[in-house]
Amino acid sequence: MIDFGFTPLVASITDLDKANVNLAKQLTEQDPSFALCISCGSCSATCTAGQFTKFSFRVMCHQIRKGNAKEAIAEASKCMLCGKCTLACPRNVNTRNIISLVRKAQTTTP
Amino acid sequence: MKLEGKRKIWNEYQKDIADDKYFYVRSCIRQAVFPGSENTYLRIMRDVLKKDVHESAHHTTCTGIGYHTEVVPFETIQTVVARNFALMREAGYENYTPSCVTSFGIYTEILDTWHHFPEEKKRTAEYLKKATQRDFQEPGNMAHTSDIIYKFRHQIAEKAKYKLVNRITGLPLKVVDHIGCHYAKMFPEKGIGGAEHPHVLAGLIEAFGGEVIDYPERRHCCGFGFRQYFIKANRGYSIAASKKKFESMEPYQPDLILTNCPGCNYFMDRWQYALAEMEGKTYDTQGNGIPVLAYEELAGLMLGFDPWEMGLQMHQVGIETLMDKIGIPYNLSEKYKGAKGEDLGVPESPRNIKFYK
Repeated sequence: MIDFGFTPLVASITDLDKANVNLAKQLTEQDPSFALCISCGSCSATCTAGQFTKFSFRVMCHQIRKGNAKEAIAEASKCMLCGKCTLACPRNVNTRNIISLVRKAQTTTP
Repeated sequence: MKLEGKRKIWNEYQKDIADDKYFYVRSCIRQAVFPGSENTYLRIMRDVLKKDVHESAHHTTCTGIGYHTEVVPFETIQTVVARNFALMREAGYENYTPSCVTSFGIYTEILDTWHHFPEEKKRTAEYLKKATQRDFQEPGNMAHTSDIIYKFRHQIAEKAKYKLVNRITGLPLKVVDHIGCHYAKMFPEKGIGGAEHPHVLAGLIEAFGGEVIDYPERRHCCGFGFRQYFIKANRGYSIAASKKKFESMEPYQPDLILTNCPGCNYFMDRWQYALAEMEGKTYDTQGNGIPVLAYEELAGLMLGFDPWEMGLQMHQVGIETLMDKIGIPYNLSEKYKGAKGEDLGVPESPRNIKFYK
């Protein structure tokens, strides 16, 4: 095979018919404010833990919606629960509660 | 959908195309990658359809590739376009026919800009006057050359020696069309059928007796995308877009890909070679790849033009399989001979895609 110095990129499309979105459904039932997030990133911009790690609440929510529960739960463990993101959120998403629910989901999500 | 509704929508995508007296402007990349295709167009127009097509030796590229890669400023490209319009009027013509879809998009975009922002047109006229002492007028009619071939498709089909039919089975050949994004995605009302109901190539396929394949990724970009290709680090995006299309059309086993854009023609052709060399896969069952032709190349073949005179040996995916299916005779020993019989040299054979020499 010839090396051209580039290869076709693999599509990062999520097939929502096949993805396991149970965690997203469970979170929306437990805290309906989860559905209000518009991914503006205000939470990540103000995040104290994000200064020291690659933690991002916004990315975590994306992982949950794409069905990547394992990655999302691992992300949630980095949060220091300071609550600054709750103050910054323009949509009043109860971010700290959602982090707590994701951490609990480690043992409860099918 | 009710038929009346469908007709109403279809009517929104019709366009006026002039009957004769065309001013022709060439494509820059086409000159380099498929050098015979534009002469084939002129031969069809002048010798077969007996139309008046004028070409000025002074016309230039539209500079669209430079514009889309942010090298050429908008003011500059407007002035270049205005100069080409000025050349047309000086020659006594008003029907502008660019051969390139990128150019067609550029001209359409600039005419639309001048319509909405007359101050831009005024400023362009000043720049043109200062730079060249020329004045310009907008074209009376503008159509892409694939529109022209579409307009006369039935006349061409009547004079054709061949049909898009398998000579052994008698069944229509399966053809997928691929329309350049800049033909109708930016200004859908300027293209026949717009981006949603593409007919400029489908009409030609039907006129020649072929079967149009409507596959899921029919409207997807070929992947050229200017910066996606010109910057090597982005080429993975470019080839992935073509791959997505090939994977989508593969189950239908098409006999031919028909394009109306020089960039699309190039990438649908060359990326098949690159994918074969990278991944060892071709998207037909025989390891040939799927032949790719432009509209006038197909029309030329159907009219019985010599394939090597049309420059079809410049295609990476061999078109011999298509000619065999239709029953078009060709002489392989003349494939790499010049117009005067001189030896042009045979290219290096690819490893994973069949090559006829």
